[in-house]
Amino acid sequence: MSDVVLETRDLVKHFPLTKGILFKKQVGAVRAVDGISITLRKGETLGIVGESGCGKSTLAKLLVGLEKPTAGSIVIQGRDTSRLSPAETRRARRNLQLVMQDPYTSLNPRMTVGDIVGEPFEIHTDVIPKSGRRTRVKELLDLVGLNPDHINRYPHQFSGGQRQRIGIARALAVNPEIILCDEPVSALDVSVQAQVVNLLQKLQKELGLSYIFIAHDLSVVRHIANRVGVMYLGKIVEFGSETEIYDHPNHPYTQALLSAVPVPDPTLRGQRAQIVLEGDVPSPANPPSGCRFRTRCWKAQDLCSREEPALIVRDGLGHPSACHFAEERDVTHAVL
Amino acid sequence: MSTTNLIATVDALPGLDPSAPPLAVENLQVEFRTDIGVAKVVNGVTFSVSAGETLAILGESGCGKSVTAQAIMGILDTPPGFVTGGEIRYRGVDLLKLSEQQRRVVRANKIAMIFQDALSALNPVFTVGFQLGELFRKHRGMSRADARKRSIELLDMVKIPAAKDRVSDFPHQFSGGMRQRVMIAMALALDPEVLIADEPTTALDVTVQAQVMQLLAELQAERNMGLILITHDMGVVADVADRISVMYAGRVVEEAPVYDIYANPAHPYTKALLESIPRVDLKGQQLRAIGGLPPALTNLPPGCSFAPRCRYAQDVCRQSPAPQLHTVSPSRGARCHFWQEVIGDE
Repeated sequence: MSDVVLETRDLVKHFPLTKGILFKKQVGAVRAVDGISITLRKGETLGIVGESGCGKSTLAKLLVGLEKPTAGSIVIQGRDTSRLSPAETRRARRNLQLVMQDPYTSLNPRMTVGDIVGEPFEIHTDVIPKSGRRTRVKELLDLVGLNPDHINRYPHQFSGGQRQRIGIARALAVNPEIILCDEPVSALDVSVQAQVVNLLQKLQKELGLSYIFIAHDLSVVRHIANRVGVMYLGKIVEFGSETEIYDHPNHPYTQALLSAVPVPDPTLRGQRAQIVLEGDVPSPANPPSGCRFRTRCWKAQDLCSREEPALIVRDGLGHPSACHFAEERDVTHAVL
Repeated sequence: MSTTNLIATVDALPGLDPSAPPLAVENLQVEFRTDIGVAKVVNGVTFSVSAGETLAILGESGCGKSVTAQAIMGILDTPPGFVTGGEIRYRGVDLLKLSEQQRRVVRANKIAMIFQDALSALNPVFTVGFQLGELFRKHRGMSRADARKRSIELLDMVKIPAAKDRVSDFPHQFSGGMRQRVMIAMALALDPEVLIADEPTTALDVTVQAQVMQLLAELQAERNMGLILITHDMGVVADVADRISVMYAGRVVEEAPVYDIYANPAHPYTKALLESIPRVDLKGQQLRAIGGLPPALTNLPPGCSFAPRCRYAQDVCRQSPAPQLHTVSPSRGARCHFWQEVIGDE
């Protein structure tokens, strides 16, 4: 497909676990990301949801090149990033910028806003000539809804929501086509969250951006994403359009996850299916055999421990899910 | 004085009225005296909770909800925080007038609290068994062996698997959800009549949040305990609360039964909050964000604190005094001059 701007193929990241001080012997590996294939189309928002420890932030680091994959490849606009020269890699990366979770620590407190937002120009010097940079920074501040006259202020003079806007302006500086948002609103208060979500949507429309939106908040992801992947222990267990995932979930984990999200409507109390999972997520250093969700799954049978279910479209279902016993069940709406 | 005697004194305090609510806060005022001025963090907060009832205190960071809880428990950082007025009554007895010793007895036996971050609330260098047992040793004068037995029972009660073995584990050996269970066990150890839960599930994943909330609801029903749930999550509140107090800039701006407030908010802030959250069960329209920011507590605007961000605001809102708590119905109140308009709007 020509409109695919980013693709990963069987992306794997294992962090080695070693023993010994002098002769480090590898005794195992934390399988943080274990075979992820996703495609991002131009102008769409791809949501990745999962609980802490499922590998979604490692996936983000792999995509922006902060970690090297153990196996698999990342293809940005048709170019496999593992086969590029350093200069080419830099140019390819320009197209993919990152907005980070914590607006309090992701901005250097000793730099002015102008320097922070203008810093990408020092690495990507050919984006804009030196003389035009300050004007461009002001334009960017205006674009994200900040007062361009505040260009000489420091991060501490801004509120959390405004700081996240600075982070967004910095990401936009080198005119990327893809923005990777790693939990961009989870550190913000609800009323401010909406401002930032609206801003992201506005920018997408105006600039034709593609987003990868990684978050643990399922409601926010539903609001912003076109397609959604659900991650559990380093793997995608279900993938589909926003409606498919939220209104017609097939994988038991997706169903449990969705049923656990409270809905701000007391009249639905006791009306929704409630699946309360037992126990905690197993360690990614020692994932269960076969299906990784089987230790907490109420449908698990012998087959699940023997054979790992593939992420495929199953009979009678509309979108891919990695469960031998996948079956549609509405858990978000009142059904009882 | 021995502990048992102290409990007896608290049970025989002058003014103790068993028919009064287990916790009532009236016109509470808390100030933080800082270098940049005096911040009125809690500005005349009033509410009460009865046995078996769940009251949610809803608000964003900085609205004063956690400070209210700290003031009730008597664990406010002083300085900079000072309770400058109001009453906090346990069954009619004003806690602010008690000695620190008496308050300590009330704190463990009558009103208990759980915190957002269980890892930092537990002591990392003692086993959970020791920390749980400490309650029974200090407050009930039990022997170590008996206290340990009771600790295991408590861990069982909060559904920690293999409680017998886990009782000798340290806090870092537990997962986040398990730690919060330990906190709940500790808070409920001495059978309090009121439990204050300050953002109990904010640090947890949704599936674990569901487990913990279910456990809290079960224990509350078993003990007919009053629960004050402090949170910013409108979803959690809708699931469990009976009544809600919405706080903004140190004031309760609206209080109402849960069904009324979600169906028909009477304060513009509540209404705006409800419109600004995405829902998991609906593909929503554009979110209606609240413009601007909450005011600095050291420099509150005259009149209504929400007026600068409010789409209903008129000149009268920007003038002192701040709007009174208008009676919307016998069980509801809203601190807004134009509540009738707000409640009538779709």
